[in-house]
Amino acid sequence: MNNTETIKKEQGITQKTERICGSEAIIRCLIAEGVDILYGYPGGAIMPVYDELYKYRDQIHHVLTRHEQGAAHAAQGFARISGRVGVAMATSGPGATNLITGIADAQIDSTPLVCITGQVFSPLLGSDAFQETDIVGISTPVTKWNHQVTKASEIPEVLAKAFYIAKSGRPGPVLIDITKDAQFGELDFKYEKCTGVRSYIPVPKINTDTVKAAAELINTAKKPMIVWGQGVILGKAEEELKAVIEKAGIPAAWTILGASAIPTSHPLNIGMVGMHGNYAPNKLTNECDLLIAIGMRFDDRVTGSLDTYAKQAKVIHFEIDPAEINKNVYADIAVLGNSKESLAALLPLLNKNSHESWLQEFKDLYAIEFEKVIKNDISPTKEGLTMGEVLKQINIETKGNAAIVSDVGQHQMIACRYSEFNKTKSNITSGGLGTMGFALPAAIGAKMAAPEREVVAIIGDGGYQMNIQELGTIFQQKVPVKIVVLNNEFLGMVRQWQQLFFDKRYASTEMTNPDFVTIAKGYYIEAKKVTKREELADAVKEMIASKDSYFLEVCVEKEDNVFPMIPAGASVSDIRLS
Amino acid sequence: MNKEIKTFTISIYTENNIGLLNRISAIFQRRHINIESLTTSQSEIEGVNRFVIVVNITEVQAKKIIGQFEKQVEVIRAYYHTEEETIYQESGMFKIKSDLLFEEPQIQNIIKESNARIVTVNKEFFVLEKSGRRNEIESLRRDLNVFGIMQFVRSGRIAVTKEEMKITEMLLAFNNQ
Ligand SMILES: Cc1ncc(C[n+]2csc(CCOP(=O)(O)OP(=O)(O)O)c2C)c(N)n1
Ligand SMILES: [Mg+2]
Repeated sequence: MNNTETIKKEQGITQKTERICGSEAIIRCLIAEGVDILYGYPGGAIMPVYDELYKYRDQIHHVLTRHEQGAAHAAQGFARISGRVGVAMATSGPGATNLITGIADAQIDSTPLVCITGQVFSPLLGSDAFQETDIVGISTPVTKWNHQVTKASEIPEVLAKAFYIAKSGRPGPVLIDITKDAQFGELDFKYEKCTGVRSYIPVPKINTDTVKAAAELINTAKKPMIVWGQGVILGKAEEELKAVIEKAGIPAAWTILGASAIPTSHPLNIGMVGMHGNYAPNKLTNECDLLIAIGMRFDDRVTGSLDTYAKQAKVIHFEIDPAEINKNVYADIAVLGNSKESLAALLPLLNKNSHESWLQEFKDLYAIEFEKVIKNDISPTKEGLTMGEVLKQINIETKGNAAIVSDVGQHQMIACRYSEFNKTKSNITSGGLGTMGFALPAAIGAKMAAPEREVVAIIGDGGYQMNIQELGTIFQQKVPVKIVVLNNEFLGMVRQWQQLFFDKRYASTEMTNPDFVTIAKGYYIEAKKVTKREELADAVKEMIASKDSYFLEVCVEKEDNVFPMIPAGASVSDIRLS
Repeated sequence: MNKEIKTFTISIYTENNIGLLNRISAIFQRRHINIESLTTSQSEIEGVNRFVIVVNITEVQAKKIIGQFEKQVEVIRAYYHTEEETIYQESGMFKIKSDLLFEEPQIQNIIKESNARIVTVNKEFFVLEKSGRRNEIESLRRDLNVFGIMQFVRSGRIAVTKEEMKITEMLLAFNNQ
């Protein structure tokens, strides 16, 4: 496969080759790719690489997580906040399979990862050897690319290709499985970065005719609406999007993964679409005359029933991945390409406009949502604490500059709905896969990649216990993340569905929880528990002021529900406020 | 777009890599699309493999899975074609007791009329090969079944398209970049 005709390499620097062993070559490749932190867990089949990590410890920092799933999610958090490739490493068999959830999460959320797994000696492949598992077979449906290396000499080219594929075009996870004999074997080492693979077109060429056609539709639309997704962040197109929105005066909504690309406070930012998104953008999706989708993929949690989704509107789809065009929603005009370039090409073709009365419709609906939902969420008058008021305090203390890493469930929806985002890449959450257990390790990776940023993890009492062992990593590595557990003593989101759709039959959703504060203190992490409203503001203040990691448990109302809500399978315009 | 289920021949040009078959079949499996036949071989381009896959799906589905194939890093291009747009055939092999050749003179007529080819003959058995459309091979199988077939096997479809496949240009473009 990796013959010279099928891949292109960086031109220029001609290096001399050096005779080294495969395991050292792996580390040298990582360093050449600019990797200075990776996450992983050792074991038999990857030990030669760990031996080299020891020798190269001044140049590359290996973070020992407490579970390989933690390593994968930490690498994801690292990638999501920095735009760099996250690297995770594990041994064969159980080590490799433990990475899978994180890899699947990275695949569906387009996160660039390179995962390196050890494998048994190549003569033992297929013999059911100790800790042999077909990780290439297992990971195939959840990787952008994967490959098994059985010869030391293949290592530089395969790893160069892995990094190139992971980060180019629509990013994604790559898994490279390396047999132990390839790690021990020698090679003439020379590293050349990969710059092209002949069977792979990462970014389709922009067709200027489609951009012109898009501009024409936008210029004549009376009620245009934008829905942007993570493609804007991955394409580094935040400024271009802002310019487009402002020039053409188009109300713009975001998907959960698109959050933070445009500041929350921007007057044309009309909120989140989808199942627990805002009332106005969901309702008005079925009123607009032009829907402009930018770097988003019409997930079913965004569209609700497709039969009744934006049927009245023309649709323009700006997208890097041709397979997304017409996959779920038919696009009248598809503009293929990188979002930064296509939006930049669009901008000069747009007429200046302001759709004031149309924007007013969003404001009117927001007022209804505020009255019926938001007010009670963020400034409650009832006795029990709400998740929304906790988020409000965090906004106040962080001034909207924090990166919020949320887990999965009610607290996630509340975090995404109510966080104020001033900076891009500030909403790190498991969107497509909805992986409970994501937030704690992802927050570790995010904080290590961006130490200058405040990183606050918002986690449910359920999901917290799915990767709670990573407190050990936080303690050992002294990662100053702030951890907030919103404890409702329930698997809240599932309980909400049981209440609404299963006549309150609370099957296995109530949890008797341990003393979370004691557990955090067991890891020598400063910890506090809040049960009353009067204590909340000070506790959040103290947490944000802390220079070290800090754990805050907030006991919230047990049976609160998240609204608005589009019931599964219903139309976006049937969104419920209660 | 057309929602009626039709037979499509899918052609996928790929790099020659272990594991690619797995990736491709997983795309069908996830969508509950039954593979009617699958053939893989060297293509007209040195070092490039070609999968020929027959499925019964709607054109909407065909368009979408072509997108999924092309998204795979090691897939160069993928196409779908209707029956009218391709020239295709299959091949069947029949192993039959040699005695029958002499005891049942009708068999000789069947062989002649069907344009089947005798691949080998020995004391115990002879082997017939018949290339053509599925129904031609099936009809021969039915005719011979009356006398008893020791073994039968039929290949997957192989097909070429009437339209030109612009793979070479694409690969040249990469080399000239
Ligand atoms: C790994 C995993 N298992 C199960 C689910 C299904 N699920 C979605 S939300 C949820 C409840 C989460 O409870 P908790 O973490 O306490 O958050 P809350 O909804 O109470 O805020 C569950 C079980 C999931 N998303 N991920
Ligand atoms: Mg809970």
